[in-house]
Amino acid sequence: MTDRSLYTNHNGDHNGDPVLSTTALSMVFGGLIALDRVDLKVERNSITALIGPNGAGKTTFFNCLTGIYPPTRGAITYQPEKDRQINLKGLAPDRVTQLGLARTFQNIRLFNNLTVLENVLIGCHCRMKAGLFGALLRNRKTMAEEKAFIDFSYDLLVRYGLQASVNELAKNLPYGAQRRLEIVRALATVPKVLLLDEPAAGLNINETNELGALIENIRSQEKLSILLIEHDMNLVMKASHTIYVMDYGKLIAVGAPSEIRQNPAVIKAYLGEE
Amino acid sequence: MATLWISFLAYPLVVLRINTNTKSLDPQWSRLPILAASVFVITIIWRFLLKRRSYLRLTKAVNEASGLSVPKATWLTTVAKSRYRRKLLVVLLVIVAIIPFVSTPYTVNIMTTALIYITLGLGLNVVVGVSGLLNLGYVAFYAIGAYTYALLGYYFGLSFWICLPLGALFSTILGFLLGLPIIRLSGDYLAIVTLSFGEITRLVLTNLGFTRGPRGITNIKPPSFFGLNLNGAPKAFLVEHFGLHPVMDLNRLFIYFIILAVVVLTIICVYRLENSRLGRAWLALREDEIACQAMGINRTRAKLMAFALGSTWAGLAGVVFASQITFINPSSFSFMGSIMILSIVVLGGMDSIPGVIIGAAVLILLPEQLRFFSNYRMLIFGALMVTMMVFRPGGLIQSVREVYIHQASDSPPEPRPVVATPSTMDQEILND
Ligand SMILES: Nc1ncnc2c1ncn2[C@@H]1O[C@H](COP(=O)(O)OP(=O)(O)O)[C@@H](O)[C@H]1O
Ligand SMILES: [Mg+2]
Repeated sequence: MTDRSLYTNHNGDHNGDPVLSTTALSMVFGGLIALDRVDLKVERNSITALIGPNGAGKTTFFNCLTGIYPPTRGAITYQPEKDRQINLKGLAPDRVTQLGLARTFQNIRLFNNLTVLENVLIGCHCRMKAGLFGALLRNRKTMAEEKAFIDFSYDLLVRYGLQASVNELAKNLPYGAQRRLEIVRALATVPKVLLLDEPAAGLNINETNELGALIENIRSQEKLSILLIEHDMNLVMKASHTIYVMDYGKLIAVGAPSEIRQNPAVIKAYLGEE
Repeated sequence: MATLWISFLAYPLVVLRINTNTKSLDPQWSRLPILAASVFVITIIWRFLLKRRSYLRLTKAVNEASGLSVPKATWLTTVAKSRYRRKLLVVLLVIVAIIPFVSTPYTVNIMTTALIYITLGLGLNVVVGVSGLLNLGYVAFYAIGAYTYALLGYYFGLSFWICLPLGALFSTILGFLLGLPIIRLSGDYLAIVTLSFGEITRLVLTNLGFTRGPRGITNIKPPSFFGLNLNGAPKAFLVEHFGLHPVMDLNRLFIYFIILAVVVLTIICVYRLENSRLGRAWLALREDEIACQAMGINRTRAKLMAFALGSTWAGLAGVVFASQITFINPSSFSFMGSIMILSIVVLGGMDSIPGVIIGAAVLILLPEQLRFFSNYRMLIFGALMVTMMVFRPGGLIQSVREVYIHQASDSPPEPRPVVATPSTMDQEILND
């Protein structure tokens, strides 16, 4: 019960401008309640973290947001602009991406046998227009679009330090670069909200530190909001403005990093009894 | 171990011979040791190759870990990758165009078949190789093309040139219609449904009245050359005035060049498709369906397009096929056909245009050259496929991704890449 009140308290004193918010979002797999009435807000142009032990339901939450699973109950409200509201619940994943939510995956899901550039170009898919006849005829309009998006992709790769491996197959990249490429590919969809699922998993300390800087860079340069699932507390504490803590499908705490660090419920969930 | 086992399994096949004179079983025991010995040798070679392969993998991993670079491309892939590939293709094209004038009608016929299979292979490659959708009923679309021409010609006297686009159109529509119910399926289920579709099409063609059932349709007309039958007046003219050899079958020659043109057209289209927004969506679909959707690609749409467009080429090939052999019946389009086309794609190299061409050449031309092996054709075929899958799962020629050349221009601070479009490639070649 204390968990619940803690959450409401916080909600009360927040008067922000959320770009994405869920209300009572629930997901049930057979008998398993993977998400239990989750209310979460991502403020515009902020970095919000979602943490919790393994199996808490974080990835499931992402899957519900992006339309991979249809949520059992609840609503997902997306506000690309301040005065425009879209309910994402029940939309197909490609539609969600078109509207401006992009994501990465906990276990990297790159297009392994395609080149780095092709991976990013596929990210541009929903911003491009060329159809069948454009592809076959290669008319001027199609080629101009193709060139423009190759330039765009290349610029992205340059900005995030992957220009050396433009023609490399994605599977041949080192692990850290694969993680980065997945983020760049998501950025190529020109999102308003970027969902990162454990981007630091498998990275060493140096790479994790770089990632922290990178995430902050992305937020400021691309002018977007980030929802971050992460286990690395160091990274989360440094990078995020607001942290949500989830355990067994329920949110058990929410607040600024300093508050979360001292929250007894969080400490209990993470470290067991201590 | 394996030797004993196979000897035991193959024993009834190899050793027992029915003696037709005495109508009794006549075991030929002398064959058994020969079989055992050969299996033994093959097993040892097999083991050795497997060991060598894992050793190579290991050294590669070690080298990579220690930072040594390992040459990745084999010479075959380098040839495909080089910027001379356009030149190479043109030279190849010229050679293929000259062949009919320096060879026998028999060769022309086989080459025509090979070219038809190249078209089929390239079409199926769009579905299987590029989009990763296993289609075991591809021959059905081939049949639709062939029957379009045969039936429309038979009942309405429509010409080849009208039926060629119609055949392509009908199989595209059929591909689309078949795609509708099965887009949700994948893997084994997709294979089963497409397989049954192929068989159903064949059965329908066998049992419908107006397709004339198993009797098939005979006397399919050759394509006309601006309304003329080439073997009629034009041939007589050429024989009389230009000393043309009277045996020469001008219609067959014409069909040869038509299918050659279709192949060239197919290559261009498939290449362009693959390096376009649509083609990349197919590739993404093949690589990872979830990530593909997460990139904003409409999965249903992409799959339907792949199915429908892949079938188009089968329709084209079917029309040409009907005009080539002048007689078709449903048994021309059996399940073996689908397997053959699939083998071409798998053997040659998934998602590789030169691979499919070589695959078709190997699988269609080789059996013709090795007629004396014909009893063991299927055996060799199977062995070849298994060997391929183990040692070179990517096919003879592995797919090579398009390389995007980065060209630094004079002033801009940020370098811009330039895509190797045909026009820039041509210029490079001219500048050589
Ligand atoms: N498709 C599914 N079907 C059934 N159970 C699932 C499915 N996806 C996730 N789950 C379950 O939901 C729970 C939360 O999983 P997940 O969201 O992956 O956790 P986290 O990402 O926080 O580690 C787990 O118990 C998992 O087994
Ligand atoms: Mg997870």
